[in-house]
Amino acid sequence: MVELKVGLEIHQRLNTNKLFCNCPSKIIEREPDEWLIRKMGVSYSELGSIDPAARFEVLRDREFFYGIYYDETCEVEADESPPLPMNEKALEIALKIAKIFNMIPLDEIHVMRKIVVDGSNTTGFQRTALVAMGDDESYVETSKGRVHLRTLCLEEESAYIVESRREYAKYKLDRLGIPLVEIATAPDIHDPDQAEETALKIGRMLRATKEVMRGLGTIRQDINISIEGGARQEIKGVQELELIPEVIRREVRRQRSLLDIKREMERRGLSEDELEDSFANVTPEISGSNSRMFRKALSSGNVVLAVKLPKMRGLLGREIQPGRRFGTELAGYAKVFSGVKGIIHSDELPGYGIDANAISSIASKLGLSEEDAFAIVVAEKGSAEIALGAVLRRVRMALKGVPEETRRALPDGNTEFMRPMPGSARMYPETDIPPVNPELILMRLASWRYESPEEVVERLMRSYGLPLEQADMLFDEEKVDIFERIASSCRHLSKRFIADVLTSKMRYLRREGHPVNLISEKMLEKILSLVDKGVLAKEAVESLLADLSLNPKADVEELVRSKYSMDESLLRRIVEEAIKKHRDLLKEDKDRALKKIIGEVMRRARGKVDGRRVRDLVVEKIESEA
Amino acid sequence: MALTYRGRAGKFLSDRGVKDYDLVLVETDRLSLKGRVIPRPELFDDTHLVIKLNNGYNVGISVDKIKNLKILEKGWKHREPEIPRMEPRKGLPYVPMVVTGGTISSRVDYRTGGVRAYERPEELLDIVPEIADIANIDYRPLFAEFSENLTAGHWVKIAEAVAKELNSGASGVLVAHGTDTMHYSAAAVSFLMKNLGKPVVFVGAQRSIDRPSTDAVLNLIASVRVAVSEIGEVVIVMHGSSSDEFAWVIRGVKARKMHTSRRDAFLPVNSMPIAKVTREGIEYLSGFRRRDDSLKVEIDTKMDDRVFLLYVWPGMDPKIVQIIKDLDYHGLVVAGTGLGHTPYEVIKELERLVKDGIPVVMTSQTLFGRVNLRVYETGRLLLKAGVIPGEDMLPEVALVKLMYVLGHTRNMEEVRRLMMTNMVGEISRSISMRFFPPCWVS
Ligand SMILES: [Zn+2]
Repeated sequence: MVELKVGLEIHQRLNTNKLFCNCPSKIIEREPDEWLIRKMGVSYSELGSIDPAARFEVLRDREFFYGIYYDETCEVEADESPPLPMNEKALEIALKIAKIFNMIPLDEIHVMRKIVVDGSNTTGFQRTALVAMGDDESYVETSKGRVHLRTLCLEEESAYIVESRREYAKYKLDRLGIPLVEIATAPDIHDPDQAEETALKIGRMLRATKEVMRGLGTIRQDINISIEGGARQEIKGVQELELIPEVIRREVRRQRSLLDIKREMERRGLSEDELEDSFANVTPEISGSNSRMFRKALSSGNVVLAVKLPKMRGLLGREIQPGRRFGTELAGYAKVFSGVKGIIHSDELPGYGIDANAISSIASKLGLSEEDAFAIVVAEKGSAEIALGAVLRRVRMALKGVPEETRRALPDGNTEFMRPMPGSARMYPETDIPPVNPELILMRLASWRYESPEEVVERLMRSYGLPLEQADMLFDEEKVDIFERIASSCRHLSKRFIADVLTSKMRYLRREGHPVNLISEKMLEKILSLVDKGVLAKEAVESLLADLSLNPKADVEELVRSKYSMDESLLRRIVEEAIKKHRDLLKEDKDRALKKIIGEVMRRARGKVDGRRVRDLVVEKIESEA
Repeated sequence: MALTYRGRAGKFLSDRGVKDYDLVLVETDRLSLKGRVIPRPELFDDTHLVIKLNNGYNVGISVDKIKNLKILEKGWKHREPEIPRMEPRKGLPYVPMVVTGGTISSRVDYRTGGVRAYERPEELLDIVPEIADIANIDYRPLFAEFSENLTAGHWVKIAEAVAKELNSGASGVLVAHGTDTMHYSAAAVSFLMKNLGKPVVFVGAQRSIDRPSTDAVLNLIASVRVAVSEIGEVVIVMHGSSSDEFAWVIRGVKARKMHTSRRDAFLPVNSMPIAKVTREGIEYLSGFRRRDDSLKVEIDTKMDDRVFLLYVWPGMDPKIVQIIKDLDYHGLVVAGTGLGHTPYEVIKELERLVKDGIPVVMTSQTLFGRVNLRVYETGRLLLKAGVIPGEDMLPEVALVKLMYVLGHTRNMEEVRRLMMTNMVGEISRSISMRFFPPCWVS
């Protein structure tokens, strides 16, 4: 294994109102009530240092649509009012988290504006504050050693992107401003599995505060990777923990393949001067093709441009990650810088409706020899030129090795190019918010005690006799509180049974496709109290939960009475019939007969009575007959 | 370089020879931080040192906790981004900008967070290159004031600077102005200008120009368009909606800032916008005085700033009115309730003022609509007391106009006549049904 250095940045949403206004931190499904249209006013001389990927004219022409919600968002998200003071509750949670990780809070917290020009913030900057820093004593322990924590920032979540094109981008403002802590580790992680373990551990520790948000998208990881001989990469937005090792492995593989390609380019004697910014219009060569894609694109006034990639034949088609080729990397640059949908390169031809004839006429137009390759792009002329320029730039970089990039994680563990690695961020003070002195909050927190995940699990095992697996599940699913409430109020129920209902049964039903998330904690408590009182049979809980998930507005007691309890006289009759049926066996082997009789009653009662009660009834009846 | 720290932190730092912007290494119990010393505003406490770390963040450290401080580098080499010089383009109209202050005329220094005023037009073109295609612009720095600090004296200076430019070949003049009192200044300049035949365009920003989301870009493009347009009046040009789509052109004596912070805070009151301006062009919506380049502007600078503006309220102590005379004010504008009323007891006090030769002009807190002192008993008593009905003038406009009028005469009858005469569009002959509610966005 090559020398690998990985650092994580973990972004966790906090369960409070927004950071700089009083709006709820709520994701809204419906269409926004109104769309605002804004542009980005960035000065020409500053732009290059803010975002080397953004071209000035393109950025200035780009329109940003912001979807607002009249009742759930306010003037602050719309950048129509200065921010309110920093949400003190959010700051308190951030300081609690600092305490958990043994980090050192700063004496005075300054909110900064970090310039972002992709439109994801209505202001054009993200508000962020460094709350605490780490030293040698700030770390999480993993099975492969300590991972130190460097910084803890409290910042606002960006707006949710709905659609992005070269000419415009659409965002919704429901997410903008949700408080987020960003925890950055040192590059102390040396193998892919340790990265997952670290992320898992930090995530669990955050959840133990009970003050962070849960659910999809509420926590995400960015991965910083450096590989010996390769280059540093920043990989954004890994949402599933299990994907982290795969993303890292595939990044190692990508960098190795890119270095192989570099060596091969050198072996073939390719030099930078041979890569010329000259593009041939091959529209006539392509227009004979019977591809529907080309016909449609060309009919709307687009052109097909081609560029010669000398000595690159066979290299463009080389796989660098499963299913991704070097050509895909080139396409990534073309897409980001020009907004085209993609490129086609000669290693994937014939294909796309381009036949051998078309290929050879393009080749002769470009003056290609045997070991040369080419790339083509279909677009409006200006964009097509920018796209091929970007392709050439990327090929030139390949001669030097692996470029430093910011990449986006894909669902399969691959990554794609987002933008060049930014220089140091443009940050200046948020003058609308005075610095915050956290002293008073810290005094309040002096008596706050944090129960770590391990402590919680250990306590569940010790106090309730639960096995490790169940205790873990209760913690991971954040059901410790409800478990403890039920355990203290339902004295007759076994603790394992309560834990089983809350975790395994719910999990099982969810897998079977029942929307059990619609069942409230109140309902669960009610159901288990009915079992506790003997009104509801243990055996009926599962089907009752399934019923309720489909009909979550139903009254639990009403449903139990009408569907899940058996009439007393009917039950007695069934018991009598079962005893009658096994009377002979009863005389021979009482224990076996008892088992059979109870089994039969239970079968006929179809889970509407509690097993304990059936047993009592049967025994009572037999004894009265004797 | 100076040291902006005072008190305990000031002593701590100066004892160690530290100045603003020095690169220092600071050690506390557990932290060891390297960063630049950032200047400290006077309003903040005097116990913290603020440094900018390498990662861009500013952090504050209590000087009481610092165990060790080492200066690593004195001062900070300035590296401003290069802004290319620009030559004026032939054949384009000339539009100078008279700069009075406000967020539109300065930008934040990214390193320090300090605010710095522009010195060259290129700096503005760096942010709004579009205006170079419409006109050749230039800077005329006049003063750099927050608009709440401006006085009648400043208004006269603005008018003089504008007139000088208009009479020496400008197609129109921009006045960069803080938004808080822009409508006072625009009204004042309206009254002070005689024989005006060119556009005088007040423009500002609700989001400072150094922010990517600034409204200044559209406002500036629109205001330059207006400065070369057919309009020959004093106007305010600001956003017409929350989107960056168009700006309203509002007559200077009919405009009011109606929101503390929104981009589209300025609205015409008892009037339509004169025009709607986009990045591409201008669409005229209502009547206006047309451009006449042959006219030579004159300035009438006589103003008497001893005018009081009184916002009445139910239950107010009538004796307050006496103070106005005691403080030697020469005129009073009342923002009354509804059609132009005051509590009964106040009327007698107003009557006494009028008898003492202090004119009283009635306007309304409702802003929209005309005052009418004939409908109710209270109004009739006010009329009888000698109060001058301010028609549909905004209280602020009546205030500025009364200063102007009193600068020319203290004769009560003449003051009454002038206050009730429309001079520059401040009094509407008729109030159209479409003036209210004020929403014309299609
Ligand atoms: Zn809000």
